[in-house]
Amino acid sequence: MSETSAIVILIAAVFTNNILLSNFLGMCSFIACSSQVGTALGLGTAVTFVMTMTTMINYIIYHYVLISKEAAGHFVLVAADLTHLQFIVFIAVIAAFVQLVEMIVERFSPKLYFALGIFLPLITVNCAILGASLFAIIRNYTFVQTVGFGFGAGLGWLVAIVLMAGLQQKMQYSDIPKPFKGVSVAMIITCVMAMAFMGFAGMVTIQ
Amino acid sequence: MTLYLSAALVFGGLVAVLAFGLIMAERFLVNYGICKLDINAGEKPLEVEGGQTLLSALYSNEIFIPSACGGKGSCGHCKITVDSGGGPLLPTETPYLSRAEVRSNVRLACQVKIREDIFVKIPSDLLNVKMFEATVEYVRDLTHDTKEVRFKLQEPAEISQRPGQYIQVQAPSPEGPVFRAYSISSPLYDNNAVELMVRLVPGGIGSTYIHNLQQGDPVTFTGPYGEFYLNDDPDVEIVCVGGGCGMAPMKNIIYSLYDKHPDRVCWLFFGCRTTKDIFYLDEFKALAVKHPNFHVVYALSDELNNGDKWDGETGFIHLSVDKYLEPRVARQAFLCGPPPMIEAVMRVLEDKGLLEQDIFYDKF
Repeated sequence: MSETSAIVILIAAVFTNNILLSNFLGMCSFIACSSQVGTALGLGTAVTFVMTMTTMINYIIYHYVLISKEAAGHFVLVAADLTHLQFIVFIAVIAAFVQLVEMIVERFSPKLYFALGIFLPLITVNCAILGASLFAIIRNYTFVQTVGFGFGAGLGWLVAIVLMAGLQQKMQYSDIPKPFKGVSVAMIITCVMAMAFMGFAGMVTIQ
Repeated sequence: MTLYLSAALVFGGLVAVLAFGLIMAERFLVNYGICKLDINAGEKPLEVEGGQTLLSALYSNEIFIPSACGGKGSCGHCKITVDSGGGPLLPTETPYLSRAEVRSNVRLACQVKIREDIFVKIPSDLLNVKMFEATVEYVRDLTHDTKEVRFKLQEPAEISQRPGQYIQVQAPSPEGPVFRAYSISSPLYDNNAVELMVRLVPGGIGSTYIHNLQQGDPVTFTGPYGEFYLNDDPDVEIVCVGGGCGMAPMKNIIYSLYDKHPDRVCWLFFGCRTTKDIFYLDEFKALAVKHPNFHVVYALSDELNNGDKWDGETGFIHLSVDKYLEPRVARQAFLCGPPPMIEAVMRVLEDKGLLEQDIFYDKF
């Protein structure tokens, strides 16, 4: 995979391999926070930032601390194989980063801070973020590719939630049958959007 | 063994690094320094630490804004005018503010965080609110579910209140102290104590706390709050309409009134469900003998049980109000009870020619 450029991976992560629409990760906040474009944009930006930074940090930690000396073939901080720690370490890094983002958002945009409410700390358990870190490891990306993938996956999530919020805002004026209102119709739209994104398949291919 | 040790060390070291990073970030991001807090354009300039909410900053400077929920943004009582420095209106406040309030910069003090110099307006009534330390003088049963409690004031030893005002009693809850509002039932000349009438609400934090108080227990409350002014014109009749346990402000109004003006006309209408819920009827009847212009009407809304004796009115209380009051007499009315009762009585009183501005109410 090392020959695929980071740009290609970035584009693929946004369109063909959108982490939300092809892997269905990060659905909970996607469904819950997509009624207003402004809020969705804010949450999407926060997720993109956290995702880019945490995939990078987790990559470094994985390749220079957790992995064993033999497997790495270069300098590592701890010689022993500690890859079994990857989940707990990744989550700890993500949690710390979300705390940081929370402080930044509260300082510079209190309105967004309250609009996001509980979903800002819940980015910690947003599976898309842990998923992106793990994908970067499983797919054996280089560091540059990881940066491209982390940023692209975040951007893809942002595109998906903003599109969804736009649709939801329009939908306020449509006559939806009662049993479909709320989450059900959101699920159906997500499904249609996922199928639409399948149209990008073949544009670029990554693993 | 080395594997476990290095795993623990690596994870511990990582967490330590992250924690250190966060502490540094907090130092730079969450530090707002000392901010100026200006009340009523220079009347009371304060300097407070930034980063806290306006409500807690005022509270620590002994300005007690009414707040029932303890600053969680769920009661909407702590409304004050923030002229500048309050930041944008937050989504947590909008449900509690009317459009007119939003236009005139009214905010919920518990949601406004102090980040810069802030200019607020607080009614002078609220600046006079104090925190009182008191002890329980007695708790006695009025009915099967309502108790009367008397707090003997310790520090400060005197309270200056107007009839119709209320206090906020501090009650413990699992999430820290909360405040619950109760009308003062003791008359204003009884200024060394405060009496309340409290009906037990199943699961209620405040009423459970008060019902379980024992003689001699210490209590803390803030007050007095409320913007009701009794009309001083001796030709204006006073009409009090209460329902359920909405008797406390009425008792205060009536006793305070007859202490000063023995001949003023006053009507008390009180609605209960059954004979079990009646209280204070004998005291008021005795008062009516002393003051012939005082009229007491109690009404029972439920069917009488077998064996109950009742010679008063029956049906909902607004029917009695309609029956007894002559139309077009100068009156001031104070209502206290459940919302449907208030609405029904408001309609009747407006039919009798009372203006909206002369009708005050406490809904609960």
